Amino acid sequence: MRESTKLAAVTVAALLGVGAAGAGTLEDVREAGELACGVSEGVPGFSNPNSDGVWEGLDADVCRAVAAAVLGDADAVRFVPLASKQKVLAVSSGQVDLTSRTTTWTMKRDSAEGVDFTAVVYYDGQGFMTSAAAGISSATELNEATVCLTTGTTTELNLADFARANNLTLEPVVFEGKREAVEAYASGRCDALTTDSSQLAAFRAGFADPSEHMILPEVISKEPLAPLVAHGDNQWKDIVTWVVYGLITAEEFGVTQANVADMAANSGNPAVQRMLGATGDTGGFIGLDSTWMVDVLSAVGNYGEIYDRNLTSTLGLERGVNAQWNEGGLLYAMPIR
Amino acid sequence: MQETTVTFQPTEPRPAPVHQTKAIAWLRSNLFGSWFDTLVTLALTGLLLSFVPDLIRWLFVTATFQGDDTVCRENGGACWPFIIEKFQVLMIGVYPQDLAWRPAICAIALVVLAWLTYWDRIRGVALIVAWAVLPIFALIMIGGAFGMQEVDQSVWGGLMLSIMLALVGVIVSIPLGILLALGRHYGSPAIKVLCVTFIELLRGVPLITILFMASVMMPLFLPPELVINNLLRIQIGLIMFSSAYMAEVVRGGLQAIPKGQSEASLSLGVSPVYTVAFIIVPQALRHVLPPLIGRCIALFKDTSLVIIVGLLDFLGMIKSAALDTDWLGFQAEAYVFAALVYWLICYSLSLYGRQLEKRGPNART
Repeated sequence: MRESTKLAAVTVAALLGVGAAGAGTLEDVREAGELACGVSEGVPGFSNPNSDGVWEGLDADVCRAVAAAVLGDADAVRFVPLASKQKVLAVSSGQVDLTSRTTTWTMKRDSAEGVDFTAVVYYDGQGFMTSAAAGISSATELNEATVCLTTGTTTELNLADFARANNLTLEPVVFEGKREAVEAYASGRCDALTTDSSQLAAFRAGFADPSEHMILPEVISKEPLAPLVAHGDNQWKDIVTWVVYGLITAEEFGVTQANVADMAANSGNPAVQRMLGATGDTGGFIGLDSTWMVDVLSAVGNYGEIYDRNLTSTLGLERGVNAQWNEGGLLYAMPIR
Repeated sequence: MQETTVTFQPTEPRPAPVHQTKAIAWLRSNLFGSWFDTLVTLALTGLLLSFVPDLIRWLFVTATFQGDDTVCRENGGACWPFIIEKFQVLMIGVYPQDLAWRPAICAIALVVLAWLTYWDRIRGVALIVAWAVLPIFALIMIGGAFGMQEVDQSVWGGLMLSIMLALVGVIVSIPLGILLALGRHYGSPAIKVLCVTFIELLRGVPLITILFMASVMMPLFLPPELVINNLLRIQIGLIMFSSAYMAEVVRGGLQAIPKGQSEASLSLGVSPVYTVAFIIVPQALRHVLPPLIGRCIALFKDTSLVIIVGLLDFLGMIKSAALDTDWLGFQAEAYVFAALVYWLICYSLSLYGRQLEKRGPNART
């Protein structure tokens, strides 16, 4: 009996000991020496292991950027593939420090589900793809068209709203899975295919001749994708938020992976000096080194470089609404000072 | 009254069989035996002719064996360089490639042991010990210990992960299933209720539910500081599910053993434990060998469900490989390869099962 009591006491003590270590995510990450980052199990251009088993994509690079800022090492990331149903719970229950997994920022998730969104890294939205031969240049010309889509998603509702708002008669052809919908579109069953535009780009790149298909400019729904952290750790949320803003700001001021060292030493722009730690200590505001953005940018490059590397050069995805605010896009990073 | 004597009258000797070429005789008796057989043969031949030539053309004739994705897209057939390029990630997932020799050694050990087992070169206690030690050896080699660089379980993947989940699942769930079956068959009322509850509860829900429970729900109940590895939770879920089915299979075997056997054994003074362990269970297991092997195959195939809880097993890596931005549009090749690998493994298992049955009741197990 006494032995088992002792054992129980030791177990409880061990649990409490583990509990005491969970003070803040920043300390936990530093102690572990690596960032546990939840990504998707395979979304082209966002996160997917390449042939060498290395995770590639915009979401994966956001993980690397945070690891570079916090640990000074962009490779100190433990990528944890998460299924769609796990993506919110994994971060709210502490299995991962950060989820960077094509997750739409919605009110319910941000409030009721115990997570906080940081900053939008990609403005996605439902778009249309048609065959280039059809000669259509706008979705409003799709009257009387058949449209392939998947069942049971908001995609269907968005399409109905769009048709009603524009006085179009669209005939939806509904499929159970995305693959089936794409195959049906490819075989000429429908005039157009509709789903999130980032995915349309991936499907288009997979066709035998991508130039035969075009993605129409209209985006008919809002899908702001943002990394998320557990609710309640404000410092950690600040870190992830400002790393994303830092990536966007760096592009705005022309700081790239190649010139970051030079800019840190010689730039005369006060905004760049502040960001790269030449004057002041912006890193200190969020508990990091003053050279936090130098570490980030020399590891992964700025937002434009990340976007180009993962989405434009591979999937042919243009910047669109994901351009900088002064170039007609929606990217508007808060000032770093 | 007149007595009749019946004399033996031999029947007419049958004519010697007409000499026939083997192939034609086989065709006639098997494919064109009756008008119905002929009809079925013709219909099936027509069906095969309608797609086999296209399949062969796609698989081999217009297929690409060397080159990159642009060559593949030009040729239009199957793109095998894609599989070659992706081979390593399909086998070990995102496991660090400079440490790939570690899973490779485990794979060699597995193949050697399977070979020895199949050809009956290793028997009895040695066989059981070898199979019990193999997963431990694999865990140490793949996970890293004793000074080897540690590799976190979140990067284990590919075929390696599928085989490991299945192997550990089978090795743990068979003994567990036997215990559950014995508990249900011979246990005291309390034990019996426990065993029946466990078995029926797990058999009553689909595997997907258990996987979700293990992966998504369990972290909600546990304190946030106590993080049990996702892979371990999934493995435990698989073992529990599988052992419930194994238990029912074994119970079928136990019921087939006549009561006289245990009565005879007990009356000879053999203790009840020895009676069950050395007289009842070995015979029961031999009876249920085919369904037991069937459960093992099913468990291996069930591991492909773990992708829904974010583990990139073999099928998960297949899906992910087909989504690589450099190789978009080659998912058919990926799935053909997956089918081939699954078939090879499952067929070898069922061959081994047949081999075991052939050794017959007099052979040692």
